Amino acid sequence: MIGFLVQTLRIAVPYLFAAAGGIVSERAGIIALTLEGFMLTGAFCAVLGSFYSGSPWVGIIAGVGGGLLAALLHALATIRYRADQVVVGIAMNLLAVGVTRFFLRLAFDSSSNSPRVPGFGGAEVASGGVLATLANPLVWLGILTMAAVGWLLYRTPFGLRVRAAGEKPEAALSVGVPVRRVRWAAVALSGICASLAGVYLALDQHQFTDGMTAGRGFIALAAVIFGKWDPTRVTIACLLFAAAETMQIRLQALQLVPSQFVEMIPYVLTIVALAGVVGRAVPPAALGKATD
Amino acid sequence: MSVDAATAERRQRWRERIEESILPPLVALAIAAVVGDVLIITFGQAPGEVYRQLLEGTWGNAYGFGQVIYKATTLTFTGLAVALGIRAGLFNIGAESQLAAGGFAAAVIGLALPAGTPGLLAAIICIVAAGAGGGVVGSVPGVLRARFGASEVIVTIMLNFIVLALLNYVVAAHLAVAETLHTSEIPAGRLARLADMSPMFAGSAANMTVLLALLTAGIVWWYLFRTRGGYELRAVGLQPDAAEYGGVRVGSVWAKTMMLSGALAGLGGVNYVLGYKHYYEEGFGAGSGFLGIAVALVGRNHPVGVVIAALLFATLSQGGLAVNALVPKQMVDVLTAIVIIAVATAVPEVRRALAASRRRREPGTGNREPVIVSPGPSSQFPVPTSQQ
Repeated sequence: MIGFLVQTLRIAVPYLFAAAGGIVSERAGIIALTLEGFMLTGAFCAVLGSFYSGSPWVGIIAGVGGGLLAALLHALATIRYRADQVVVGIAMNLLAVGVTRFFLRLAFDSSSNSPRVPGFGGAEVASGGVLATLANPLVWLGILTMAAVGWLLYRTPFGLRVRAAGEKPEAALSVGVPVRRVRWAAVALSGICASLAGVYLALDQHQFTDGMTAGRGFIALAAVIFGKWDPTRVTIACLLFAAAETMQIRLQALQLVPSQFVEMIPYVLTIVALAGVVGRAVPPAALGKATD
Repeated sequence: MSVDAATAERRQRWRERIEESILPPLVALAIAAVVGDVLIITFGQAPGEVYRQLLEGTWGNAYGFGQVIYKATTLTFTGLAVALGIRAGLFNIGAESQLAAGGFAAAVIGLALPAGTPGLLAAIICIVAAGAGGGVVGSVPGVLRARFGASEVIVTIMLNFIVLALLNYVVAAHLAVAETLHTSEIPAGRLARLADMSPMFAGSAANMTVLLALLTAGIVWWYLFRTRGGYELRAVGLQPDAAEYGGVRVGSVWAKTMMLSGALAGLGGVNYVLGYKHYYEEGFGAGSGFLGIAVALVGRNHPVGVVIAALLFATLSQGGLAVNALVPKQMVDVLTAIVIIAVATAVPEVRRALAASRRRREPGTGNREPVIVSPGPSSQFPVPTSQQ
């Protein structure tokens, strides 16, 4: 039982990080299609940092720096130049895939993976080691990040401005809220959070492998929508999706359900939530709309 | 107004339209070329040499040229699919899975046909199946948007994962030839390779589907600009509320458009299944669905533009393979992404700049087209509703 819970937590950590970033971005009115790309960038930069410095802590800083840079590019195109958020979002993900592959060849002369780098936890993590998981500082940071986002959104002036920018930007502007600056900050924050998801994956596995985020950014986006953009509900959604994956891994030997059907769960639930069969998911009113 | 003045005015408008559609892609290509130079130099190669090999490996020899045509064929279908959706104010990001569903349907129907079905009949049946397969997947987001207001952006993204997982399961569990990820080959309905007809395409995968792609582009043009349905579609894309007020049933236009968009993407599966390998294989789309977004964007959502843009991105994609010995082929993925971001960024900027210069030129009449301050209904992407 403890083993099950810990394994669920391990799988949920990247979802928590990325979904926290997704909440901030979407609540500010910027569609979070880019979580996957930020994660991948973060994972790759973390491995670079850890490889060249020998310290996973430097890896964390490098990973966050990479994710932040990607987020600023996204903000420049969508906020400063008012480019279409969906188009740029899709392109940012393509860019992350291309850039990481290109520099993987350049730095490590490989098209599949990096060498082993210093990270957190050892080989025992792979076998579901409870202590190794709990000793990973990033696991705790993941839980903390989601809580911090909840506090930020509902308990601080900045959070109020973020929500105003995502719901009624014109009204916010008229009372002096610098909507564009708030959105810049929100996208930067989402880049930091989402890149930490990638940093966690890379340092947990002690290497970067091509496309290692494997759609987790979109599962996080699914959790954001399924959790109706509310940190508490999104946390529950992340844990739910992670628990389903854990079950699937544990029951694999029994061949009860084909793994493909378990993979579908988050996506199917999201569509169901959007269609509003039980308690419709309604997005922030100004999501996807540019402002002056 | 005299006849001369009217002609001059028309000429002026044409010039502005051409400036508006040509400038952004040119700016984007220039930016991409600079980024490409930087990447190439980072890798210790000479940009001139790499670009020369890129051109020589694509348009410079029969195999490369044929491969460009082959890739452009699939991209034309997915580009048309995305463009049609955008014309109606809908963003179809599901072309990847619609393409797969189309190819799957063509292969399954092809396998189910009785032995001895005449080749042409079998081909037509399989082509219809491909369109139907893509159309079924495409109609899901359309109906959900029309009935529940669910964002087609999110639904198509989620459906990509669902449909691809489902197809993987069906193929792996029931249809795959042992030890592979593909079905067995269809007995009838294959389309001829161009290489068998002309040495111009020697050894390449280009096949008769390219004619189907051009024909489809023509039909889409005719539908969009010469039929009542196309008029309604564009009206909904520009101003859904006004269209509704004018008697157009917006919901049913959305549902119909997404179905057609899915069908267009599904037809792309013909290129691989009927024209190239003759079986369905997991992952045969290889990103062509997502590239369709770039194709539609650079092609300005016009069928002619889409065909040209498909050739451009096919050249980049094949060119990546041609220069892989010098620089990693992933360089072209980076360049593709840069082109998309640059075009998406440049279009509103160029339009604003043109509008400003127009006002300076002819004060008083310059308000013909207002300066666009937000991507409202009249921006290049009539998708003000990219909400979730």
